[in-house]
Amino acid sequence: MAKRAGREQNSQTPLLSVRGLRTTFVTDDGIVPAVDGVSFTIDRGTTVGLVGESGCGKSVTSLSIMKLIPWPPGKVEAEEILFDGKDLSRMSEREMRRIRGNEIAMVFQEPMTSLNPVFKIGDQIMEAIILHQKVSKREARERAIELLRMVGIPSPDKRVDEYPHHLSGGMRQRVVIAIALSCNPKLLIADEPTTALDVTIQAQILDLLRRLQEELGMAILLITHDLGVVAEMCQRVIVMYAGKIVEEGPVVPLFQEPAHPYTRGLLASIPKMNEDRPRLTAIPGVVPHPARMPRGCRFHPRCQFAKPICEQLEPPRLPVGEGRFAACWMHTDFEPLEAVPGEVSSSAGRS
Amino acid sequence: MPGAHEPLVRVEGLVKHFPLRRGLWSRQAGVVKAVDDVSFDIRRGETLCLVGESGCGKSTTARLILRLLEPTAGKVFFEGKNIFELPAREMRSLRKEMQLIFQDPYASLNARMTVGEIIGEPLVVHKLAKGAALERRVKELLEAVGLASYHAKRYPHEFSGGQRQRIGIARALAVNPKLVVCDEPVSALDVSVQAQVLNLLKDLQDELQLTYLFIAHDLSVVKHMGDRIAVMYLGKIVEVADKASLYQNPQHPYTRALMSAIPIADPTVKRERILLEGDVPSAINPPRGCRFHTRCPIAQEICAIEEPPLRMVGEGHACACHLVPAAASASHPAGAGTKAGVEAAEG
Ligand SMILES: Nc1ncnc2c1ncn2[C@@H]1O[C@H](COP(=O)(O)OP(=O)(O)OP(=O)(O)O)[C@@H](O)[C@H]1O
Ligand SMILES: Nc1ncnc2c1ncn2[C@@H]1O[C@H](COP(=O)(O)OP(=O)(O)O)[C@@H](O)[C@H]1O
Ligand code: SF4
Ligand code: SF4
Ligand SMILES: [Mg+2]
Ligand SMILES: [Mg+2]
Repeated sequence: MAKRAGREQNSQTPLLSVRGLRTTFVTDDGIVPAVDGVSFTIDRGTTVGLVGESGCGKSVTSLSIMKLIPWPPGKVEAEEILFDGKDLSRMSEREMRRIRGNEIAMVFQEPMTSLNPVFKIGDQIMEAIILHQKVSKREARERAIELLRMVGIPSPDKRVDEYPHHLSGGMRQRVVIAIALSCNPKLLIADEPTTALDVTIQAQILDLLRRLQEELGMAILLITHDLGVVAEMCQRVIVMYAGKIVEEGPVVPLFQEPAHPYTRGLLASIPKMNEDRPRLTAIPGVVPHPARMPRGCRFHPRCQFAKPICEQLEPPRLPVGEGRFAACWMHTDFEPLEAVPGEVSSSAGRS
Repeated sequence: MPGAHEPLVRVEGLVKHFPLRRGLWSRQAGVVKAVDDVSFDIRRGETLCLVGESGCGKSTTARLILRLLEPTAGKVFFEGKNIFELPAREMRSLRKEMQLIFQDPYASLNARMTVGEIIGEPLVVHKLAKGAALERRVKELLEAVGLASYHAKRYPHEFSGGQRQRIGIARALAVNPKLVVCDEPVSALDVSVQAQVLNLLKDLQDELQLTYLFIAHDLSVVKHMGDRIAVMYLGKIVEVADKASLYQNPQHPYTRALMSAIPIADPTVKRERILLEGDVPSAINPPRGCRFHTRCPIAQEICAIEEPPLRMVGEGHACACHLVPAAASASHPAGAGTKAGVEAAEG
């Protein structure tokens, strides 16, 4: 694999900086904001976890960054989506095509969404290589075999000529990862890459991602609903609830002293291998429907700490420690950076 | 009550092979050995968990126990009677005693029936209640699972996943079953709602003295719910024990790998991980000898030749591995974990 040291223009600025992302869908229930004022950053070479329950906007966030939300019914607005110095939010579809699969690659939950069942896996990897790099067919094939070996597929020189349906789910996900890595991306967005896999296979894939990241130095945005996967893989964590970021920070303090009641509730509700409790602490109620978002803090109908202000006003993003933020009125003792919801300070998101 | 010490369910040498056909008209091309010689007991009032990766035969075992499938071989005794030998009429009345909660709360409820009709249906089918009594019972059940009586008039699509799972639970409980088989009841739910449903299942078990066969693929959920745990791999039970001894002292190399593979939601915990190589082999031509030998990190020559029997390896702890020595005092492995083990765990 080629070294990418030379490509890093400025290791101080974050690789990705998203500000004020808002994605709406036109539905039967009216215009629904699926992602509403989301801002965050990802540093080079780090793994950032994006967690939250089903429907909170994790996938829509990542698809919006890639400009893969179809209009209609979806519409993406953002103040800026700065990637490696370029503003993706102002790019044309043609320019975006050069970014996708090249500088930013994606891996999805279901590997068959990324694989074509009628082509050999080798041809699919070669296609990705030839699309973005000037290499001969023979070189591309050699590189495809090398990539298959790198992602841990046994006898890659034979597997290269097989069809996707001959492979198990875990092997297919390895092929998808090989395609994603074929162009040395700076950022890999992995949307629930192991959710459909058995735990022993999940352990293999997570191990593979960790190893590849060490070797290749790419950043990973890891989308998952599994807090165990986050604890194991990520340096920073972004917690989303109902289309908004509610908490963000380095993984250890966030797990040890969650600042937002929702993060706290999530952590308390999962059974843990290393402790015994007769009852789990469930969060009462359910995630709100996006067309019927509660006023004020969107979590207030389920929050045991809710105060009158929570029903009226949306809490701003408040600092709650070194590199940590939470959007909750409980933290107003801290000096707020900005009283405007969704606004981000320039140092935000760095650990 | 017929012998309180007799298990509620005894499974003996259960086998289910599905014929495999390539295409609709062709001849049989092989067999899927979905469940292959499985034996265990379920004691009254306990939660027995079946855990294992997808395709290992958990749901097939469950469907056999409920006689939703006929076995290739083996017996299932419910309160001492082999259910596969029961005449149709007796089987029908036995169906009241054993109910099923499904994994998918979206697919398992009839969209055209109201919630009240869905919950009341088993009562109507078994002619247990009608009219005002039926209505009263439905209300009672709705409240027991944390819903409100006015929900009876609504349709399933108006409910969230967790609420639908509550409806499924209310329906299962309508006929006062003794055994409830929960087949991955929370796998499709969000974690905050999963906790609500797991708590509800535990509360109902205490109140109604239910016996659960609880199926899951997540060892942390199993640890929370189970009294005893049976670990399955490719149609076989490889280890059975009470919860405390299984989690503190796992014996089978597969159980150990499975446990170490679970991500722990604590970033300060650093663990040695046993990474298994390769994929779960197919149940169509499972490996000879020990079925785990193709992935086992400590496999020996004998493992590829001879199948290891399930045998007692400790107090109430059974394991099927050539390299785990049998305990001196051997009792029947089917009852593993039911005796001293459970008492020790409770003490
Ligand atoms: N094409 C669409 N039309 C209308 N609403 C949509 C569309 N795509 C997504 N949404 C809505 O946007 C919200 C966020 O969806 P998203 O897929 O980002 O959730 P998620 O956090 O990825 O959830 P999961 O964990 O289930 O993958 C949901 O309420 C969803 O119903
Ligand atoms: N009706 C069927 N016909 C053929 N094969 C089946 C059938 N039902 C299950 N199987 C096979 O039996 C094995 C065990 O399946 P199952 O009991 O559903 O596993 P689990 O519930 O543990 O995921 C799998 O290989 C599955 O494909
Ligand atoms: S702002 Fe209020 S309602 Fe929202 S999480 Fe904080 S305390 Fe709870
Ligand atoms: S019998 Fe052999 S292959 Fe099977 S689990 Fe034991 S050591 Fe491993
Ligand atoms: Mg998603
Ligand atoms: Mg199943």
